[in-house]
Amino acid sequence: MDQFLYSLPLIGLVFEFIGYLIAIMPDIAPIMVKSAVPIAFAALCGVMCERSGVVNIGIEGTMLVAAFVGWTAGVYLEPVFGSEVGPVFGATPTLVVALLLAILAAVIVSAVHAWLSISVKADQIISGVIINIAALGMTGYLISLLATSSPTGAGQFTALAVPEAVTEIPYVGWIFESIFAQGPLTISLFVIVIAFQIGLFRTRWGLRSRSVGEHPRAAETVGIDVNRLRYRNVLAGGVLAGLGGAFLSMEATSIFQQGMTGGRGFIGLAAMIVGRWTPLGAFGAALLFASSVGISQSILILPPPGQLGEVLAALPPQFFDALPYLVTIIILAGVVGKSIPPAADGQPYEREAAT
Amino acid sequence: MSDRLSRAWTILALPLISIVLSILVGSIVIIASEWLVAGELKPGLAVDAYAALVIGSVGSFQAIVDTLTNAMPLLLGGLAVGLAFKGGLFNIGARGQFLMGALGSVIVGTLLRESPTIIAVPLALAAGMLAGAAWGFIPGFLKAVSGAHEVVTTIMLNFVAAAILAAAVNGPLNVEGSASPITLDVGNAALPVILGRTGTIALIYAPLMAVLYGWLLFRTTRGFEIRIAGASPDAARYAGMSPRRLIIWTMSVSGMLAGMAGATDLLGVTHQMSTTYDTTVGFDSIAVALLGRNSPIGIVLAALLFGAMNTGAGAMQIDAGVPAELVGVLQATILLFLVAGPVVKRVFHLKDARTGLEDATAFTSTYGGEATIR
Repeated sequence: MDQFLYSLPLIGLVFEFIGYLIAIMPDIAPIMVKSAVPIAFAALCGVMCERSGVVNIGIEGTMLVAAFVGWTAGVYLEPVFGSEVGPVFGATPTLVVALLLAILAAVIVSAVHAWLSISVKADQIISGVIINIAALGMTGYLISLLATSSPTGAGQFTALAVPEAVTEIPYVGWIFESIFAQGPLTISLFVIVIAFQIGLFRTRWGLRSRSVGEHPRAAETVGIDVNRLRYRNVLAGGVLAGLGGAFLSMEATSIFQQGMTGGRGFIGLAAMIVGRWTPLGAFGAALLFASSVGISQSILILPPPGQLGEVLAALPPQFFDALPYLVTIIILAGVVGKSIPPAADGQPYEREAAT
Repeated sequence: MSDRLSRAWTILALPLISIVLSILVGSIVIIASEWLVAGELKPGLAVDAYAALVIGSVGSFQAIVDTLTNAMPLLLGGLAVGLAFKGGLFNIGARGQFLMGALGSVIVGTLLRESPTIIAVPLALAAGMLAGAAWGFIPGFLKAVSGAHEVVTTIMLNFVAAAILAAAVNGPLNVEGSASPITLDVGNAALPVILGRTGTIALIYAPLMAVLYGWLLFRTTRGFEIRIAGASPDAARYAGMSPRRLIIWTMSVSGMLAGMAGATDLLGVTHQMSTTYDTTVGFDSIAVALLGRNSPIGIVLAALLFGAMNTGAGAMQIDAGVPAELVGVLQATILLFLVAGPVVKRVFHLKDARTGLEDATAFTSTYGGEATIR
């Protein structure tokens, strides 16, 4: 059987490819984690909203607003709060305040979505689409106004200085480097993923949130205020999207560009689906998707030897860009490992009239 | 007569109020942002901006032609999204179908660039429509077979389409020796100009598609089936219609219309494709379909309004110094007030006014759980 497997040229190539991945992983892992961060935050926001029954297509727009507000607040608050560099992460008072404002902005945008989908009972997908259009228009409008005076931002958060003794540990040093030699938002992502996973499946809040997303009628029967919990969770999702947006303009870069989310909110939705609406799964999918995009670059820089190199060089680099989306479609269609959304996802909850 | 008037008011009240409210919000945004950024309070700036917007979009013959030209892809896209809405489907994939349509037409258009126009134009246009239809067929087929929700699959396919386009322009379609990747010019396959400097034959066939759309939906059996399937999938099933076939058919035709929009843009405006080729028609056409409440006349009017806004935006930026992106803010606020219809109705005491979204509430409710199309 083994002989047969190896005689298939494709199988050989797959093993070669895995070997190549293992060989380059220590070098590209820290970068991949960085590019996975906004996708993962978007996916976590999606999990938070959809697990309690609210579809949120507007994550992309929410992140864009947060990125814009974080950067702009930095510009205008710098004279007020100063730029005295704190003990860790290169954090200045301005940066911290700007980060809080960015999160607040994302929460406000989420509140609009929550109001439209929970109270007004408007179509949740249309509401999300509107948020995306409005966010792109509004930030685009304001940034072209600001760009005429071309202000500089308040800088960015920097990575934690991890001693070389740790990162140079053979075989596993790169793992520590990927996790800890990062900025505050990246490190907080790891904490949030674990806390969220435990919270969603091991706490009372998690059980209630899931019940509200699966069977709101039953949840209300046992005394859960369905719409209040949905509001709370959508706003909490706003915090996550805010962190993702702030990462783009305050940690990964120190600038804001028009439309700088570049579809990451949508890849986040894809990661949520592939991760089957669980925090850990969504995070894993986000890592996988980020690597897919990253791998096309490392193939250009460090092409693998032999036949594998020829095959990969023949593939257009855009193939790896499209791969996450193709994988999502395949999984959603149930070809391999079907992924099913929460049962009451997208349905506004109407209380039964008291009799 | 007054009966007719009041009926017209129930239909038009909300869209009109939404437009007026968004103009007010836009004024506040203009004045407030100018005050924040420049430190000057100039209430007249809003008037200047809107005046420049109007003059830039309908103030001269060429401006009107430009407005019409810009409105045509929006009209076709709006019809695409509207048709899906009518069938209870949410086509967020108009962008992908638009891009595939443009790609299909540029491939055939560049191949036929030296053929007679009478052959090249119809074939290039047909190629775009076919590519769009294929890109609409995929989510329709997936939904019919596995229940995969079209909202997610069309979003994913938008990005796949963008990647295919980039790969094609960087690869096989790239002209040797060009500074940055770009395709050949479509030459004779370009849409003939019939009005002013930019008005192509799209001004004829796009409105014709709106007529066809109305005829299909309200005068044919297939249209009746689509509307029933959209309003009540269960009723459609009990009446012996096949929801699966209808879903695939509706998404394919919807994709075809969006593909036609892409072909119209490519063959009529850009004539060639670079790697930065992209469109906002995808999301704009959702707005157009919602504002036009999926009716053919409504979609035509909404497309004209959005076309005029997009055309006048440049003039507004140059003459009044208000960034062109304001148009996006206006469009979004129009939609916001439309979607918050129940609240707007209460505030303005419009008991009978219809939000126009009544027949568009089926999609999100089908999002959750394991969907199976019987």
